[in-house]
Amino acid sequence: MHEDLAAITRRMRAHIVAMLAEAGSGHPGGSLSATDIIATLYFSHMNVDPNNPDWEDRDRFVLGKGHAAPALYAALALRGFFPEEDLLTVRKIGSHLQGHPCMNTTPGVDMSTGSLGQGLSVANGMALAGRIDHKDYYVYCVMGDGEIQEGQVWEAAMSAAHYGLDHLIAFVDHNGLQIDGSNDDVMRVTPIAQKFRAFGWNVLEVADGHDLQALDEAVAQAKRNEGTPTVIVCETVKGKGVSFMENEVDWHGVAPTKEQAKAALAEIEAPDAPGKE
Amino acid sequence: MNSATREAYGAALAELGNKNPNVVALDADLAGSTKSATFGKAHPDRFFDMGIAEADMIGTAAGLATCGKIPFASSFAVFCTGRAFEQIRNSVCNPELNVTVVGSHAGPSCGEDGSSHQAMEDIAIMRALPNMCVVVPADDVEAYAATLALGEYVGPAYLRVARLASPTIHDEDYEFDLLRGDLLREGDDVTVVACGMMVPRALEAADQLAEQGISAQVVNMHTIKPIDGELLEACARKTGKVITIEEGSIVGGLGTAVAEVLSERYPVPVRRIGVNDVFGTSGPGAALLDYYGLNAEHIVKVAHELCD
Repeated sequence: MHEDLAAITRRMRAHIVAMLAEAGSGHPGGSLSATDIIATLYFSHMNVDPNNPDWEDRDRFVLGKGHAAPALYAALALRGFFPEEDLLTVRKIGSHLQGHPCMNTTPGVDMSTGSLGQGLSVANGMALAGRIDHKDYYVYCVMGDGEIQEGQVWEAAMSAAHYGLDHLIAFVDHNGLQIDGSNDDVMRVTPIAQKFRAFGWNVLEVADGHDLQALDEAVAQAKRNEGTPTVIVCETVKGKGVSFMENEVDWHGVAPTKEQAKAALAEIEAPDAPGKE
Repeated sequence: MNSATREAYGAALAELGNKNPNVVALDADLAGSTKSATFGKAHPDRFFDMGIAEADMIGTAAGLATCGKIPFASSFAVFCTGRAFEQIRNSVCNPELNVTVVGSHAGPSCGEDGSSHQAMEDIAIMRALPNMCVVVPADDVEAYAATLALGEYVGPAYLRVARLASPTIHDEDYEFDLLRGDLLREGDDVTVVACGMMVPRALEAADQLAEQGISAQVVNMHTIKPIDGELLEACARKTGKVITIEEGSIVGGLGTAVAEVLSERYPVPVRRIGVNDVFGTSGPGAALLDYYGLNAEHIVKVAHELCD
């Protein structure tokens, strides 16, 4: 595990809050819940080269829940794909940082996403291509819990198992909330692990999706699995790291004001902030 | 000779696979019908049946394309363009990925399966997507050539092929130019712009019209997007009247595309022949073409209305 990973996640969270406040719109809740998963991948596991974003042997990442783009952008900037200053241009005309990930404008984005439910199929295609070419790269896909209400996810779940894509590692960011309310109120998605098991997947569960050590170990374990795709179901907190956003569905798709951002940044940087050691 | 365009597509796809190891094919449990199975038989390690799951098929094709593969994803036109429309929009066309979607059994010539299986709107909806190239080959020779051309073309494309066998109009040495319409016959009084299996019918109509004193020229507009506006303008300038005919809805298809171009470049009277904004019905494919007025007689009648 990257030794400064906790510090990196704090910096990512600070960037997420700052860029969304600057943009005046966007999705803080789901970006903050996925931050630790994305940080674990980009800083402890993914074999990527910021100087050669299209390197054909690289590991791939597909953000199924494309609205968490700020978390991905923060990780890419900190990993060196583009300057951190760019982050404040997100969602503005002419920016390479679109409201949802765009592979044709942002260095390091492996697939354009935003329409929920399409990412896992794309990740499967990347994994199949790797198999055809006898390459060893891994393909990671992060999905939201609301996202798995999309039927295409289960089509793709069938395909990944049918083709035995063991270099595909998916995540479900299970924060329990979606735009209209809780998953349970809108459309129940549980039991998630049992569903994937029934589809023939290797299923790992991380009880605290913000525990960097646990996430790291789960990914390492997933990589040792052979013959089946792995999904890591992570129990997370929407808005994690900003007290007034945590577990509040209203923070799904609303940007903080400048004042709220200031308060949030103070919390993130505070000595006892979540993720602080 | 005189085989269905889907047959030629399958054969050409297998040949593409011989030429280029990056060509891969996907189908949604209709490989025997779309003829992608011809590729599957030749290149089993590069053929993926995705089951009855068109959305997943398109997404998987997109993922393969991001890694340098050249995917052809086939199903019946109504399913791959309709069921998976938004996947084609967001996972293929928006990121400009090199995926060719192949819709077979398009139009009423699909036949007995009836309205649920007869794509009328596929040209319209594929044409509406930015970055999309839309190709409707006129016969088996052209379908073969178009498939090879799309294997070279980089970017999203839609290839529409038919279930029904239709007459071959091209010689074996026909040279296909993806971006140029093909002026098959010169004439002075009216231009008939056709695509797909309506092209031989347009030629038949031109023969009949010649006997009746009307000189019709015939254009095979195999590529509907990007459309050859230069050729259309030249035809409009020369004949002053245009008839379009297509095996699909008159809403948004070839006729619409021609009218759009001519209304801005050189407005002349345009009459569109196609399926008049209705769903299909069951019956033998060839008979249904007549049932919907997709034949030479209808072209002749409209030509007289315009020219007499």
